[in-house]
Amino acid sequence: MRIHGIEEILSEHPVFKAFDKETLELLAGCARNEHFRAGDRIFAEGDPADKVFLLRHGDAAVEIATSERAPIIVETLHAGDVLGWSWMVPPYRHMSDARAMTEIRAVSLGADCMRTKCDDNPALGYQMFQNLLPHMAVRVRALRMQVLDIYGTKKG
Amino acid sequence: MLVVQDQEPDPMLPRRYRVRSTWAELAGVTSVELTPVDGAAVAFRPGQFNMLYAFGVGEIAISISGDPAEPQRLIHTTRSVGAVSAALTKLCEGDMLGVRGPFGSAWPVAAETGRHIVFVAGGLGLAPLRPAIYHVLEHRERYAGMTLVYGARSPDELLYAEEIKTWKSRFDTEIEVTVDHANPAWTGRVGVVTSCLDRALAGIDPAMVSAFLCGPEIMMRFSVMSLADAGVPPDRVWISMERNMKCAIGFCGHCQFGPDFVCRDGPVFRHDHVAPLLSMKEI
Ligand SMILES: Cc1cc2nc3c(=O)[nH]c(=O)nc-3n(C[C@H](O)[C@H](O)[C@H](O)COP(=O)(O)OP(=O)(O)OC[C@H]3O[C@@H](n4cnc5c(N)ncnc54)[C@H](O)[C@@H]3O)c2cc1C
Ligand code: FES
Repeated sequence: MRIHGIEEILSEHPVFKAFDKETLELLAGCARNEHFRAGDRIFAEGDPADKVFLLRHGDAAVEIATSERAPIIVETLHAGDVLGWSWMVPPYRHMSDARAMTEIRAVSLGADCMRTKCDDNPALGYQMFQNLLPHMAVRVRALRMQVLDIYGTKKG
Repeated sequence: MLVVQDQEPDPMLPRRYRVRSTWAELAGVTSVELTPVDGAAVAFRPGQFNMLYAFGVGEIAISISGDPAEPQRLIHTTRSVGAVSAALTKLCEGDMLGVRGPFGSAWPVAAETGRHIVFVAGGLGLAPLRPAIYHVLEHRERYAGMTLVYGARSPDELLYAEEIKTWKSRFDTEIEVTVDHANPAWTGRVGVVTSCLDRALAGIDPAMVSAFLCGPEIMMRFSVMSLADAGVPPDRVWISMERNMKCAIGFCGHCQFGPDFVCRDGPVFRHDHVAPLLSMKEI
């Protein structure tokens, strides 16, 4: 089996593939491989958002717990997706639960490490936000459609 | 021998049909199989609709959701939203109703051979697309590929769920199902149709795609944007529109949609022909 180096994995990921080799080397210093079994909790609401996960294989469920009934899955994420945004904005706490639906292989990037590197090198920080924002925008747009509950009317 | 006749000589005159069977699809959604009382089965094209007349209640447009290769099994899937649709969902085996049709334009699947067919359906919008899906599945070797992206509100609101499983089990189709939200027992995707569509399109040559969309108008609008962003040619995208109908033959103007009548010029339109109207409010 081929072993992928972290830089190589980052360079193939949709969010990071635009970065040059030097930047990837810098970011690789914050990264580590992660593995979850189906059913494992990846993080819970209220946990410090100390990592962001780049999914390579497998599916994750983002859930909101409710007191009256079972948690609701509001989104599933798959290979190529980014799991966890809370590391980017204070108070750096997760606002939902995340659970592995299948076995997951991912790369995580340490939030403190990333923030320090971005603070030290604003050009890197700018590039990072430029690359991450489109993914966030897609998710916000999707959320708007979910809120509209479009299937509740007409042909739905 | 199967006897099939073309459309009725008088399109304003309902023909009597008997309910052969009915089955519940979802809460408030029922399918019926109808058989003509006098005369032969009427051929139809995928995407066309009939005017179903519940005696003593009224008449409404309902798409034909069965297989065009089996017109003797006339199937309609109806959601109960008001008086007439409620009466149709309460029909029992042996009951009689009136049928006018089939009316309207069709999904041009038969003309799109050699292409990768992408179906995008939302909620009950899968019903008018199903005849086109049957056609592609029956003639799969004539097409470069077939992808269905289907979204519903929650897992228990997925139409034709068992049948979707059999489509999925074929190795020559890509079936992507997503719901807006689910409980933890659900092992499939959660998210909107457009996210699922973007992902499905990533592996297909956009120049080869012919897309057929049916569902809530908002879903179709955003899905068309995804198709355009991916590079699917604008003249290869078709959508199905719904407007309230009366005559269904272009006389009364009830279903007017800009310069078109949905009953006569639609319900299936090439998207670039109606795009300016779709972005206008309350047309
Ligand atoms: C070409 C075409 C194909 C259609 N195919 C199907 C189909 O396959 N299955 C199906 O269930 N329906 C289909 N419809 C929609 C169906 O015709 C309407 O739901 C029906 O007219 C409602 O009539 P009603 O008397 O039951 O309700 P009404 O008393 O007329 O309406 C009751 C409530 O439902 C709302 N309503 C009206 N029209 C619709 C609509 N189109 N969708 C949802 N709510 C509506 C009204 O605003 C009102 O609030 C189709 C419509 C068209 C034009
Ligand atoms: S329903 Fe009468 S013109 Fe279309």
